[in-house]
Amino acid sequence: MKFEGSIFRYGANIDTDVIIPGTFLVTTDPKRLAPHCMEGLDPDFSKRVQPGDMLFVEENFGCGSSREHAPISIKACGVSCVVAKGFARIFFRNAINIGLPILICPDAVDAAVTGSKGKVDTDTGSIDVDGKTFSANPFPEFITNIISKGGLMEYVKSRIADQKSL
Amino acid sequence: MALDQKLGWRIRNGIRNMEGMIIMGMTMTEKIIAAHAGLEEVKPGQLVTAKVDKIMAHDITGPPAFNELRKHNLESSVEPGRIALVLDHIVPPKDIDSTLNCMAVRDFAKEKGIEDFFDIGRGGIAHNVLPEEGLVVPGDLVIGADSHTCTYGALGCVSTGMGHTDIAAAMVLGETWLRVPESMLFTYNGKLGKYVSGKDMILATIGKISVNGADYKAMEFIGSAIDALPMEQRFTMTNMVIECGGKNGLMRIDQATREYVNARTKRDYEEYVSDDDVKYESYHEFDASAIEPLVAKPFSPDNVSPVADVKDVKVDQVFIGSCTNGWLDDLRQASYILEGEKLAKGLRLIVIPATMGIYQKALKEGILDAFIDAGGVVSPSTCGPCPGLHQGVMGPNEVGVFTTNRNFRGRTGHPDARIYLASPYTAAATAIMGTITDPREI
Ligand code: SF4
Repeated sequence: MKFEGSIFRYGANIDTDVIIPGTFLVTTDPKRLAPHCMEGLDPDFSKRVQPGDMLFVEENFGCGSSREHAPISIKACGVSCVVAKGFARIFFRNAINIGLPILICPDAVDAAVTGSKGKVDTDTGSIDVDGKTFSANPFPEFITNIISKGGLMEYVKSRIADQKSL
Repeated sequence: MALDQKLGWRIRNGIRNMEGMIIMGMTMTEKIIAAHAGLEEVKPGQLVTAKVDKIMAHDITGPPAFNELRKHNLESSVEPGRIALVLDHIVPPKDIDSTLNCMAVRDFAKEKGIEDFFDIGRGGIAHNVLPEEGLVVPGDLVIGADSHTCTYGALGCVSTGMGHTDIAAAMVLGETWLRVPESMLFTYNGKLGKYVSGKDMILATIGKISVNGADYKAMEFIGSAIDALPMEQRFTMTNMVIECGGKNGLMRIDQATREYVNARTKRDYEEYVSDDDVKYESYHEFDASAIEPLVAKPFSPDNVSPVADVKDVKVDQVFIGSCTNGWLDDLRQASYILEGEKLAKGLRLIVIPATMGIYQKALKEGILDAFIDAGGVVSPSTCGPCPGLHQGVMGPNEVGVFTTNRNFRGRTGHPDARIYLASPYTAAATAIMGTITDPREI
């Protein structure tokens, strides 16, 4: 997948309560979650973000709760992908599972400021920030396999189908 | 988990050469993951597929997990035996949305014949219910759709939190994929001072290594101060490993573990011990006798300082409860301080026993009287104010002292509410004085 958009640049240790506060956990409806994405950090974020825009963040992005509402709300408000210096473990799995494209590339994050123009090719891992090109760290094959199947549940379905055909 | 006998022996006793010396040492975490992956050895960084013994979901994460199953036509493949469902986050429900969530879990449990379903009145907070009901035993591999699933590690098992899609997948496959974590060793020697507890030990740890100091890693806790801790305070420590980014946290099995488990379950279990020669990724030592009552200041669990440094901060609400500190032992500690006292003027106290079982024991012991006599309120078992969902949501600029595990901005309600994390002793002392108070001064 190829994306192009403006970059929103934030710092380290952004937790899931800031991404989507607990009050909204009663639903997983993307339409209801989107207007509250990143509310705790940047109350206008969901109004300013345009389809295709990208989040560039530092270490431990998505730390805290296991709520999948966090990546769902990010995807639902139009963010095309998240480039980080690092992701918290549960957020990493959740993003892969629901098909929110994520990449790890500290140099690209350092090169970006809010308003930078970003281009990302998730197939090659190439990240372009204001004309400078970087390469994301590749994911293990097992994880690329889940991504290419279209998320975890599709992977599970193919596993079940394999078992039945044995 | 039933294990091939030869493989089980080799994992427990280590892979040895002809002289009987261990060739490759493994940590407890590695051994438990190896056993569930059906492998003789695993190494940190390795990706494995492992069988799971127990899968937990609650009223917030269960319904979306069931939706995933439905959406992908996988509902009929669910294996009910290993699933535990607990209504805990918003119970009794506060509005139609939360009622619908409870109904969805109740219906799913009925439809699938899930026996380990804990409805309102039967359970409490999942992380306290599962150990209390004997659903988790040493050597288990447990996953749950909640980040504090790491709590059960105090029993000498591997348990970790995931999102609801991972949980849905495991409900079908009975297994999950895992990256074998590097293990960090934390040693606490010496005797804890009076009014200092497991909560202060884990706050000291998080303060030292930071909120991502254990990202993706296993935290193994040992030492004479751990041996001396009652089980409930051990759970308080493993509960908060996620606050350092840890994948799991665990303790070695001893007499206290066996007594706790044997009183609650008839299940057989395996005791895994880290090999002596094993190399940890890092070593961290604490002198337990030097640990003071601590708080984590807003807005991060690693923003730790001695209570003495924040002693003039005026407090609006004290909350004693949550999966971290809603245990019977915690209520005993707090009531010991509050017995015969009155709350400071203008301060509110909310107490929530973590499970209905704990509630009933506290009631019989007369502990709850101390809170009510002082002017506090005791609510039925639920997560309550911890995630800011109901039963004491914080308003703008209000200050709280909570015995919970997280004080992120907006966690407990308004983004400008300020929460200090503390032990039950410190919370109770604060409730009397109205400003953050060192329990040793009461
Ligand atoms: S008490 Fe708080 S931390 Fe524990 S499970 Fe409930 S919401 Fe999560």
